[in-house]
Amino acid sequence: MGILTQLSNSLINGNDEKVALLTRQAIDEGIPAKQILDTGLIGAMDTVGARFKAHDIFLPDVLLAAKAMYAGMDELKPLMIEAGISSIGKVVLGSVQGDLHDIGKNLVGIMLKGAGFEVIDLGNDVPPSCFVESAMEHGASVIGMSALLTTTMPAMKRVVECVQEEQVAGQIKIIVGGAPVSEDFAREIGADAYGFDAASAVDRVKSLIGDN
Amino acid sequence: MIQIKAHSYDMITPSRDAVFKTQGIPPDTVVHDEIETLYTKALALLSVLAAPFSIVSEVSEFDSDVVYYGEGRNESRTPIGDIFKRADHLALFAVTIGQPISREIQDRFQSNDFALASMLDSVASAAVDRLAANAERFFFKALSEEGYPVTGTVVLGYSPGYCGWHISGQRRLFDILRPQQIGISLNDSFLMQPMKSVSGVLVAGPKEIHTFPTSYPSCSQCETRGCRERIRTLMAG
Repeated sequence: MGILTQLSNSLINGNDEKVALLTRQAIDEGIPAKQILDTGLIGAMDTVGARFKAHDIFLPDVLLAAKAMYAGMDELKPLMIEAGISSIGKVVLGSVQGDLHDIGKNLVGIMLKGAGFEVIDLGNDVPPSCFVESAMEHGASVIGMSALLTTTMPAMKRVVECVQEEQVAGQIKIIVGGAPVSEDFAREIGADAYGFDAASAVDRVKSLIGDN
Repeated sequence: MIQIKAHSYDMITPSRDAVFKTQGIPPDTVVHDEIETLYTKALALLSVLAAPFSIVSEVSEFDSDVVYYGEGRNESRTPIGDIFKRADHLALFAVTIGQPISREIQDRFQSNDFALASMLDSVASAAVDRLAANAERFFFKALSEEGYPVTGTVVLGYSPGYCGWHISGQRRLFDILRPQQIGISLNDSFLMQPMKSVSGVLVAGPKEIHTFPTSYPSCSQCETRGCRERIRTLMAG
């Protein structure tokens, strides 16, 4: 079995130590970093994502695989920087102003990184202007916001307005999510997309990046 | 009647099914060893880090109206508004399992220990739900010990932020109950800290008063319909 297949299988099985070891071996064998990344790591996370959507595996399996992916990425990072390999897109993420819930946002961030995105996580209780400033500073093409309280949802509209005021509405797309948020709400405030859960959020972000 | 109490770990130990449900794992699913290990580790962390406290205080209909009507931001009709009117007895309650467990969850996410962080979050949520259920049982027992007829009485808790009862109701609840006494605070967005806390009103009355249809204004936007399972369990019992 080739090393990239072994790497991929180890990631799918959530074995972070083996993924780190096999990534180092793949590097030592001279396999290009991009190939290790795309085939061994991201490709494996795509398989994990598909099996999760098909209800073959559960959230803990996805998160164990994500930890394994991060272990592989840590080994690969210096080579990726050297080779100028960039992410497939940059996403600024945060829980909106007044909201301290962050589990859902964390899961979205983990799965976006697993899909090959660079994620700038602003944490929670993030003022509206910070989302836009950060997106512009980092050259992010997507802002993702989470709210778990009806009282904090209005802050999402303020971020949409900030993006419009900065005249970057076409360049920076907005996706929203969280328990009280809905597709209708997203449309009402002028957001570009709504993520029902972490897996669907990743799919929507991929579409938004594709649109850009 | 008012009670402030510290609780043991035994009082909050969550069931495997309740925890696994929030992890998206159906009941009676046979999971592999790594998931069982995560669950066991999360329970161990809960036993060490949880600091469970509760406060329950019987209130008058007037005070519960003050809490319910809050800042006047409720939907025009709510199931809870109708239920309160038919209650025999009412109490305010708040429960928490403390801040350290929330910090541990954050720390685990920061250190890429995602699976354990997520499992611990599910364990902690299920634990605080058990504490809330215990508050319901306590109020029932207190009414019985005070000599009120309790045959056919059911006590259930209802929290602001659900079913059209605006979350700003928390402010009035905090004014009257003062859960700060057990270390719970409320921020300007009506978010409780520690996060693993629950508060609301305990309603004691015949089980029929706790049943309602899904024809209220807030029902059309509700994604969870958690009330249906609760009502089914109530009617089956």
